[in-house]
Amino acid sequence: MKALWKYFKSYKIECISGPLFKLLEASFELMVPLVVKRIIDVGIAYGNREYVLHMVLIMLALAAVGLTCSLTAQYFSAKAAVGFAAKVKNAVFSHIQTLSYTEIDTLGTSTLVTRLTSDINTLQGGVNMSLRLFLRSPFVVAGAVAVAFTIDLKAALTFVVTVLLLSIVVYGIMLITIPMYKKVQTHLDRVTMHTRSALTGVRVTRAFGLEQKEQEEFKETNAVLAGMQILAGKLSALMNPLTFVLINLGLAWLIWEGALAVDTGRLTQGAVVALVNYMSQILVELVKLANMIVQLTRALASAGRISSVLAIEPSMKEGSEAPVWQGGPAEVRFENAAMRYAGSSENGAEGISLRAAAGSTIGIIGGTGSGKTSVIHLIPRFYDAAEGAVYVDGRNVRDYTYRSLRERIAIVPQRSVLFSGTIRENLRWGKADATDAEIMEALRMAQAADFVLEKEGGLDYAVAQGGSNFSGGQRQRLAIARALVRKPAVLILDDSTSALDYATDAALRKAIREMPDSPTTFIVSQRTASIMHADQILVLDAGKVVGLGTHENLMRDCDVYREIYRSQFGREARPADGKGGALQ
Amino acid sequence: MASNAKIIRKILHYLKAYRAFMLASVFFAALSALLALYLPVLTGNAVDLIVTKGKVDFAGLKLIFIQMALLIAVTALAQWIMNACNNHITYCTVRDIRVSAMRQIERLPLSYLDSHPAGETVSRIIADVDQFADGLLLGFTQFFTGVLTIFGTLFLMLAIHKWVALVVILLTPLSLFVAAFIAKNTSSLFRKQSEVRGVQTAIIDEMVGNEKLVQAFSYEEKAKARFAENNEDLRKIALKALFFSSTTNPGTRFVNNTVYAGVALFGGWAVIRGTMSVGQLTAFLSYANQFTKPFNEISGVVTELQNAITCAGRVFELIEAEPQVPEAQPALELKDAKGQVEISHVDFSYTEEQQLIRDLSVSVQHGERVAIVGPTGCGKTTLINLLMRFYDVKAGSITVDGTDIRDYTRHSLRTSYGMVLQETWLKPGTIRENIMLGKPDATEEEVIRAAKLAHSHSFIVQLADGYDTVIGEDGGMLSQGQKQLICITRIMLSLPPMLILDEATSSIDTRTELKIQDAFARMMKGRTSFIVAHRLSTIKEADMILVMKDGNIIEQGKHDALLAQGGFYAKLYRSQYEF
Repeated sequence: MKALWKYFKSYKIECISGPLFKLLEASFELMVPLVVKRIIDVGIAYGNREYVLHMVLIMLALAAVGLTCSLTAQYFSAKAAVGFAAKVKNAVFSHIQTLSYTEIDTLGTSTLVTRLTSDINTLQGGVNMSLRLFLRSPFVVAGAVAVAFTIDLKAALTFVVTVLLLSIVVYGIMLITIPMYKKVQTHLDRVTMHTRSALTGVRVTRAFGLEQKEQEEFKETNAVLAGMQILAGKLSALMNPLTFVLINLGLAWLIWEGALAVDTGRLTQGAVVALVNYMSQILVELVKLANMIVQLTRALASAGRISSVLAIEPSMKEGSEAPVWQGGPAEVRFENAAMRYAGSSENGAEGISLRAAAGSTIGIIGGTGSGKTSVIHLIPRFYDAAEGAVYVDGRNVRDYTYRSLRERIAIVPQRSVLFSGTIRENLRWGKADATDAEIMEALRMAQAADFVLEKEGGLDYAVAQGGSNFSGGQRQRLAIARALVRKPAVLILDDSTSALDYATDAALRKAIREMPDSPTTFIVSQRTASIMHADQILVLDAGKVVGLGTHENLMRDCDVYREIYRSQFGREARPADGKGGALQ
Repeated sequence: MASNAKIIRKILHYLKAYRAFMLASVFFAALSALLALYLPVLTGNAVDLIVTKGKVDFAGLKLIFIQMALLIAVTALAQWIMNACNNHITYCTVRDIRVSAMRQIERLPLSYLDSHPAGETVSRIIADVDQFADGLLLGFTQFFTGVLTIFGTLFLMLAIHKWVALVVILLTPLSLFVAAFIAKNTSSLFRKQSEVRGVQTAIIDEMVGNEKLVQAFSYEEKAKARFAENNEDLRKIALKALFFSSTTNPGTRFVNNTVYAGVALFGGWAVIRGTMSVGQLTAFLSYANQFTKPFNEISGVVTELQNAITCAGRVFELIEAEPQVPEAQPALELKDAKGQVEISHVDFSYTEEQQLIRDLSVSVQHGERVAIVGPTGCGKTTLINLLMRFYDVKAGSITVDGTDIRDYTRHSLRTSYGMVLQETWLKPGTIRENIMLGKPDATEEEVIRAAKLAHSHSFIVQLADGYDTVIGEDGGMLSQGQKQLICITRIMLSLPPMLILDEATSSIDTRTELKIQDAFARMMKGRTSFIVAHRLSTIKEADMILVMKDGNIIEQGKHDALLAQGGFYAKLYRSQYEF
């Protein structure tokens, strides 16, 4: 929470004025029972109609001033709360941009999205409410008790006792029920998970004919939830009746005390009425306060979660060199590099030594979990090498600024994600000032020009969020075009042609090779056919290098490579004469 | 409003089971509201007995106190019972609605589920039902008591003093006008706010959800700028919406204070004139103080109820969506299927506009292995949807063992197929539970044997709790390949008479795949199998290769024959060497 204080700074005046005006309003409200007392004790007792009118006019004036004060307070509070939330949101969003892949892996993006949306909204509500009410309610309660003391000491003691008992009841019940509601929430999450799982797994459930069983299990989980809710509800249901009993017993006691005092002439009838009025005011405010504390604990929890995001330090330090890049391919060199994921005890890949000459093609192949992606993620410095180093154009990647390093590199990730916007806007992620001609050229190389031109509006065709209005293969080709339009120095294809049929895949590779200034290309693939023509092939197995060389060398020397090859082409096949292969 | 009435009727239908609780709730609500209203009268009477020095009627006071104590006890008890009843009604109704929604999910046709994002349906069953519960609870507790309080107060005020009561009755509507005026003017602001907020959520979802890509393309600064711009828009509109909506309370409170002053004035004069006692004035003042409260609450409740009805409407939309075509009557049980599958003249399309499969005919004999190849989007997966009867054909028919699949029960048809899909799905639960999905009565030995065949045993025993390892939603820490191996283990265990393998090994590395090929081959022996794959070894050994393009089978036959034909298959097959 402390980390968030500074975002209040520009709203200091609002943060002080809001509660202040609220207190003023409360003070005026506290005067009303005193005015009523005078109406009874002076106006009515002496039959003075004009005096009554006089007092009523004072009441109206108090109400009008109160209205002005509270409107001012509402405005200041709203301004401070909304402004504060906007500042925090910007700060969190910007902070997320500085986190490295390691932190993103650890946190998960869905957590970050929740922090930015629902948590900050809850916090905004909490701040607004606190500024408006948090001081007001205790002030009214304390004020009412204080005024009671000025009227009569003995009667005031009744107030103190009642307020104490009420607080114990109200907060006691809250103390018991808040953890119960937390448990309810966790269980609700379980019900949510069950529902989602039933939806995503509907094909499997039906294929195995398990509808009935799913239904039974859901019923059970759901019934447990209802049971917990009813139990928690029963306890909270005690709140209203108990406070009702306490406040009214206090009232009765007050009247009794008052009767004794009036009998001895210590108090007037009007004073008793005023005391009764104060007692009812206290009840109203205490209930408000209780509701507020529930909301406040929620806001505080959100604040805690938000500050924890802001507190995360990016684990990588950005370099400071930004050499000018004139275009053209770059040399990439790995020197005994290793990569390790956070929280893992073993390296994801290690002992990588490799020199990719400018403009050459490197294939990377290996089984599931062999560390292929780990290796290529070291080039744009998505992660820092745990051991050894990676050099681009002779410079350690740690020395570059992120921007200057990454603008040389274009990557096509495993999962092709497009963004909402037009096709043109999506391709401009690769190159911000790309002309339509450049974009079309990239689309042609990526074998995507045909289907783009078929779309209504061509480059202006709107891409839905996530690219859901394109097929998997089309998305992949657009993602490839997005990388190609940059004419990068280094191109990384991370198993990114899996949804393409072999003919398209081959045409794509051909187009890349024929690019003027064709980039240094890293192709990660599970298909031998995609990488067998590379200048060098890196073979990985369980994070370790088991082979490096050309296809021919590896077929001769590397068991793992040969095995992979045969698993795809069949034992007898020799690709040169066109027998064997794989089909999509 | 007509549709609202319909929705309310449906809600009432769910409430029917709790009629006794509802009657109790209404009764005790009435009791507590009316008794609570009588308290100020007693207080007023008490005040009248405390006139001035020496003029205090202690005997009378004692009598009033006894009445008060009784009243307090009964009111509190009634309140508690009412609350408990409402809780019970609300949470049980919610439970019932969720169960029906879930039952509906199991009955809906896949065309519905495929066209509605899972997230949206989940939010209907969870968030909407919760909103509905909140509205129902609040509505029940406050609406009824609110109305009763208003009428009760009116009655008591009129009974005490007609003219002063008239002051209250005439002035109170002002507060309603103020509230309605503010609500009307803020609703458009709120709508705008939620629009801008929607845009913001989309930006956050997209940018933060794909943060890695944003960084890979050095898009951070642009993302920040876009976000900041939208955030400023939101701040401006949110300030307006928040401020204007928060004027409701001060506004109505001001009206309330005016009413209070009015009562003080006319009541004070009435006391001077002698038509009212001081105690009655006290009672009147406390009524005036509380009189606008139920009005405000009711207007709050009405919004809340309106919201609850909208939410309920969305849930009912789901519950009442048309379920899949009912089973044939009487439906046959497909038992020990031989696996003779006949697809004849089938037409199919997902949407009216786009015809996908046209006049498709294939005849598959018992035990044959059918490989389906073709470019993305050619209809391979659609064919599987039809075989499993996830979708019904638009024209033509599919028969298994000579009987139209629409004449079998879905259950018996589907369990006759063993299916492994590219998109793996694991149920939240232990690995053992997941493997035993298709054969709940399998012994430990059978499970382990199947796992060894599918080559999943070795990695499973390496997990912390072995077969009892709990996997969360979407498989948690397992890799895609490992998940696929578990799905294959399932099938190896249940061994149904026919198989459907849709890219079943796409995420498994080729070396492991090679190892489980033997097991696959043995499993497919004597079982009719449909295989979508891109690995040659699987395709080459098929008894029949169906080459699909744009929803049609353009070539059909064995590997060698197709190659000799020199058509699309041959072209696909050779394309990889053109590099």
